[in-house]
Amino acid sequence: MYLREPMIYFGDLKPIKGNIHIEKNRCKGCGFCVEYCPKDVLELSEEFNVKGYHPPFVKNEDDCCYCQLCETICPEFAIFVTIQNEEEEGESRS
Amino acid sequence: MRRKKVKADPKGVLTGAHYMDGDYALAEGALAAGCRFFGGYPITPSTETAERFSERIPKVGGVFIQMEDELASIASLIGAAWGGKKPMTVTSGPGFSLMMENIGLACMMETPLVIANIQRGGPSTGLPTLTGQQDMMQAKWGSHGDYEIIALSPDSPQECFDLTIDAFNLAETYRVPVFVMTDECVGHMHEKVIIPPAEEIDLVERKWYNGPKDQYLPYKPDKDGIPFMVKTGDGYRFHTTGLTHDERGYPELNAECQDVSLKHLINKIRHNADKIIRIEEDQIEGAEIVVVSYGITSRVATKAIHKARKEGLKVGTMRLITAWPFPEKRFHELASKIKSFVFPEINFGQMVREAERSVKGLCPVVSVPHCGGWVHDPEDIYNAIKEASK
Amino acid sequence: MNDEAQNKGQNPIEGLLRMDRIPHIWCPGCGIGTVVTSFAEALKKSGLDLDKVAVVSGIGCTGRVAGYIKLDSFHTTHGRAIPFATGLKLANPEVNVVVFSGDGDLAGIGGNHLIHAARRNMDLTVICVNNFNYAMTGGQVAATTPQNANASTAPYGNFEFPFSLPNLVESAGATYVARWTALHLRRVTKSIQEALLKPGFSFIEVITPCVTLYARRNRLGDGLNLLKYYYDNSEIRHGADTKELDISYQGKLIVGKFVDKEKPTFIDAMNTHMGEVLGDDYEKYGRINDD
Repeated sequence: MYLREPMIYFGDLKPIKGNIHIEKNRCKGCGFCVEYCPKDVLELSEEFNVKGYHPPFVKNEDDCCYCQLCETICPEFAIFVTIQNEEEEGESRS
Repeated sequence: MRRKKVKADPKGVLTGAHYMDGDYALAEGALAAGCRFFGGYPITPSTETAERFSERIPKVGGVFIQMEDELASIASLIGAAWGGKKPMTVTSGPGFSLMMENIGLACMMETPLVIANIQRGGPSTGLPTLTGQQDMMQAKWGSHGDYEIIALSPDSPQECFDLTIDAFNLAETYRVPVFVMTDECVGHMHEKVIIPPAEEIDLVERKWYNGPKDQYLPYKPDKDGIPFMVKTGDGYRFHTTGLTHDERGYPELNAECQDVSLKHLINKIRHNADKIIRIEEDQIEGAEIVVVSYGITSRVATKAIHKARKEGLKVGTMRLITAWPFPEKRFHELASKIKSFVFPEINFGQMVREAERSVKGLCPVVSVPHCGGWVHDPEDIYNAIKEASK
Repeated sequence: MNDEAQNKGQNPIEGLLRMDRIPHIWCPGCGIGTVVTSFAEALKKSGLDLDKVAVVSGIGCTGRVAGYIKLDSFHTTHGRAIPFATGLKLANPEVNVVVFSGDGDLAGIGGNHLIHAARRNMDLTVICVNNFNYAMTGGQVAATTPQNANASTAPYGNFEFPFSLPNLVESAGATYVARWTALHLRRVTKSIQEALLKPGFSFIEVITPCVTLYARRNRLGDGLNLLKYYYDNSEIRHGADTKELDISYQGKLIVGKFVDKEKPTFIDAMNTHMGEVLGDDYEKYGRINDD
């Protein structure tokens, strides 16, 4: 659950960053993604979606490290992450 | 409806003249029809069929599995059918009752399979080793809900062989479970069974779909009213369910879908009843009394009928080869021409009720019931004929 | 709405879901969706030809999984998913058959079939989503409900003794037995991946929160609280003795991979034995499990 933050980046290796996509209207406000994001990137918003739930929003986009935990844990298939910069992939995580 | 016919696979056809009992003949008929999956459970008096399968099916490239109970047997049959095989099982009264829920599933999923019921005395454990014909109504109404099935009734080991092949053909033609309703007498009776060469056996192929994968709809009726079928592993990514479903196979839980779905399931048999029904008639022209029977009772009734005919009574016979769908039209047609029907059955009156319903009061239908455990005394049938002719 | 249009077709899981049926029927905070995602991940990682994977489920909340996965999927009758899968596998041994069903379906009404399929070492992967009750029908007591828990048909608390599913299937003869909670995402994925590629009867129990029923009746909070509780109170002990895996009400959960052994599958045993006895008369069935 807890990511080891490398202290030194060798050469051109850069940390991966992710872009988070949220299907707001599919969300049922369970809070799993918010609770378990290791970088605390998400938070439940104040707004309502069509179902009356509070979907999450991205609090601090830059911290997302593409661990894809939110994507895997979401029971509604309502959130997924894409890699921010394709050219600077670094180590790929499948 | 024109369906592709293929010849039987010679591997499964034991061509020749044999002396075998009805149970064995059922197994041989199934193997000749291309059955390569048997999932069953032993129950007297059907166990011999399972034993025969266990011996023969590994040699013809099929699988025999003795499941843990009848519920598992029928479930495995439906799975096997969707895996692409022609499956069969055999059972008797108590096992038949256990299979009922999944027979409903097979009807709902429109799965072709064959179930043979070697009927015995019931209810409950009843008379395991003695005959009966007490599950006839159960074949049609046993599972919950509205549905239609086909049931055949052999009267000899030879017919056990022939009608099993017909059962598989009907199952594939109409994508419906087909029942072979025989009884312990026929099942355990040893007689001559002639098995023809494979080239003389015509089989109906399953209605395989071979159109574009993304356009496949598992329950969209074709021009003949029967949907195309596929099997797992061919990339169709289909879904099928026991819930009321639409053409895509997806559950659609409302009255409109139920209406469409049930009409399809029921009409595919009812509207084709004329093609499915087979009756064997003798001396119907000018007959005053018609003796209706099926299975072993038809052979027992022969003695009574000969005696009555010798005395000058005009007796015709009608043997139901197809028990379901019931030949209502023929009964109604004959009812205005004859004096009475006489209907012996080894039960307290099951199919006779269908006969009564079909004649709509135009002529009497005399039931000759029997409690089971043995066949009728031909004298009882003769007496009923005499009584009816007065 | 805006998001849907933008995101359409991009979510990697959509290729494996019947998108025309999403959103699904499961409650907010239900763990089944999470298990489905882990399953989807495992399928991708396993490298299997997805045209040759079939999913069979029974009746219940977890039973609805078959309806949402875009593979050859079957929604069968209550408790009979395993024999259906047996028939499917035997008729078409090339296909990898997965049974995805709930604890009530598999261990309650389907208990007999579970132990026999395990005994035969049928080449099936069984994913049992355990939420400790019969959720779909309103939260009745199940064979897996812990003692003292409340359920709709045990309003004064359950006094019966529950199953320990890993113990049950191991005793019956399963060759791969694991238990995880829904939050053990990567481990569930790995277990499913291993089970898919391993011939023989594989059983993975995934403990998930049931928000609307089990959690509500027992006042355990919402999905997140229960998920958190299960995860925080779980201890990973690979290879633990399955006799010590009983679950007490709100007690410690032992999770891990307990059994991973080799044994010939039903088809292998059939081929070997029949080949020996019948010689040339016997036609070998299916493919040889040599991966």
